[in-house]
Amino acid sequence: MDWKFNNDSPIYQQIMEQIKAMIATGILKAGDKLPSVRELAIEAEVNPNTMQKALSELEREGLLCSKRTSGRFVSDNPANANNLQEEMMMDCVKTFIENMKKLGYSLNDCLRFIEKYWD
Amino acid sequence: MKNILECHNLTKKYGQKTALDNISLSIETGKITGLLGPNGSGKTTLIKIASGILSADGGEILAGENKIGTESKKIISYLPERPYFTPAMKVSETIKFFKDFYQDFSEDTAEEMLKKLDISPDAKIRTLSKGTREKVQLVLVMSRKAKLYLLDEPMGGVDPAARDFILKTILKNYNENAGIIISTHLISDVEKVLDDVIFIKNGHMVLHKSVDEIRSEKGKSVDALFREVFAC
Repeated sequence: MDWKFNNDSPIYQQIMEQIKAMIATGILKAGDKLPSVRELAIEAEVNPNTMQKALSELEREGLLCSKRTSGRFVSDNPANANNLQEEMMMDCVKTFIENMKKLGYSLNDCLRFIEKYWD
Repeated sequence: MKNILECHNLTKKYGQKTALDNISLSIETGKITGLLGPNGSGKTTLIKIASGILSADGGEILAGENKIGTESKKIISYLPERPYFTPAMKVSETIKFFKDFYQDFSEDTAEEMLKKLDISPDAKIRTLSKGTREKVQLVLVMSRKAKLYLLDEPMGGVDPAARDFILKTILKNYNENAGIIISTHLISDVEKVLDDVIFIKNGHMVLHKSVDEIRSEKGKSVDALFREVFAC
């Protein structure tokens, strides 16, 4: 996994977003086992407490679940990946529309650009 | 959570100059704390008092339940600003040295890390570059199973790739029963491994907060906040 962090928001939130993205895009699939907190922390070069916090939050949101003796897994809920994908799509679209409006383009301009540059 | 280090009204003077002025703080077990401040703010003085190299002029400092002394040195692993081995020693001899000194030292851990760094046990300290000497010292310090690690500028003289190695080494070797204090001004490099940060300025503590709190309350990184607080 390739971890990248910016300076604007708490690291644990950024970890959550990146794991959500992995679930949305199918890099992590339902039932997949996650490495230990320690392993993930070392891989991402973050504090183990921060990684723990991110995973616990994802568990609370129902995206991950832990089985007492065998570790932590991606939840077996097929709706999760779709919902996450849709959420991320909405974010992208919103940002795109905002930016294009700032630049002064109309809806028709945007549609034209998308068709022109899609490939 | 239990505190592994507590300072109450700690004061230290060098002649007329007050290096630490009535500092009170506590460091919890299981946390990595960044001790941040500009040059001459008192970071090294505080670390040296905790490690027992300097004594305070006033106030109290406790490591676990111990006053600073023989007992505290058994549980504190201290990385000084500058490596202290004589140039004539071989790397393998520095390992023996640590093994003699500290019961909690693991020779295997040290040898394994040196191997990963491609540092030969037969090399003499004099033949190593400044950065490599610092790495050897860090390997030794992190190969102890201490309760508190005091790391004074652990990345001062090494290149960015080695910084990553050093951060990984710190993360790998510490556990939830230990605390770590890292003093540094390379904040952006260490920010993501820290739980808490302490800002000190002219011997006063100006802030003690978690990195998450700073980022969510101020919407900016610790590095950015530091530049604001300590703007010249």
